[in-house]
Amino acid sequence: MIVIYINIIILFLLIITSIAINQQDNLFAATMLTGIFSLLSASLFVCLDAVDVAFTEAAVGAGIALILFLGTLASIKYKEKVKNKVSVSGLLLVIPTGFLLIYGIHDIPSFGALDNPVQTYLADRYITGSSKEIGIPNLVTSVLASYRGHDTLGEVTVIFTACIGVLMLLGRSRGDYRGIVDKEES
Amino acid sequence: MFEISTFIILFSMFLALVSAIIGKTVYDKILAVNIFGTVTVLFIALFGFLTKRPEFLDIALVYALINFISTIAILKFFEYGDMSSSSIEKEEGDI
Repeated sequence: MIVIYINIIILFLLIITSIAINQQDNLFAATMLTGIFSLLSASLFVCLDAVDVAFTEAAVGAGIALILFLGTLASIKYKEKVKNKVSVSGLLLVIPTGFLLIYGIHDIPSFGALDNPVQTYLADRYITGSSKEIGIPNLVTSVLASYRGHDTLGEVTVIFTACIGVLMLLGRSRGDYRGIVDKEES
Repeated sequence: MFEISTFIILFSMFLALVSAIIGKTVYDKILAVNIFGTVTVLFIALFGFLTKRPEFLDIALVYALINFISTIAILKFFEYGDMSSSSIEKEEGDI
């Protein structure tokens, strides 16, 4: 019961942090708040018993991503150009996506309920049947690489895309950036 | 007992977040993030004892190490304005 209250408090703090990141026009401050965001979500993952995910989130989100953000900040200016215009096409894209996500919640079994698939037959099936079905002796590997194969493929695609983006930002020389920024300002 | 301390830790998380948001200078924000990392380490350690699984203490230790590395990276960024430069010419040496 007390864990639920802790979850609610952490989610509340996450909402405050994300609103604050959105409101910042100083990119350095936004980077710092991103570090806080990933530490908070790592705590949330620990509360949800996903300790491995929390581990990855802390190492990647609070460690490497922060350093990559700072490396990118070294190449560009600190201030974001403030745009006050409301983008209608963005709103049209975001609001239906939000409704679709909330609609998708209906299918998910309630958190921690005893009649969830994972509590009834799924874990047994993985333990007893996976070596016959997949042929990999390691249970975790067979779940990640075969039962959740599409999920893992999506994750790898996301990481690859992010890596390409960062490399494109960092790979250019400094002179190019100054040229771009000066042209936009004049 | 652990419940009360967990909620106090969560409240100090909130205070660190507020100081990160309303802090005027860059150094306020760096300090707030560092405090937040320390409080997260405390929270994870306490949460392990709260749910009667103190094995989480190892994770809290790793979090402390990661927090230290990112703080050093931020401070190095401020000292040199760059992530790739080294301080071999300086007498103090690299961090």
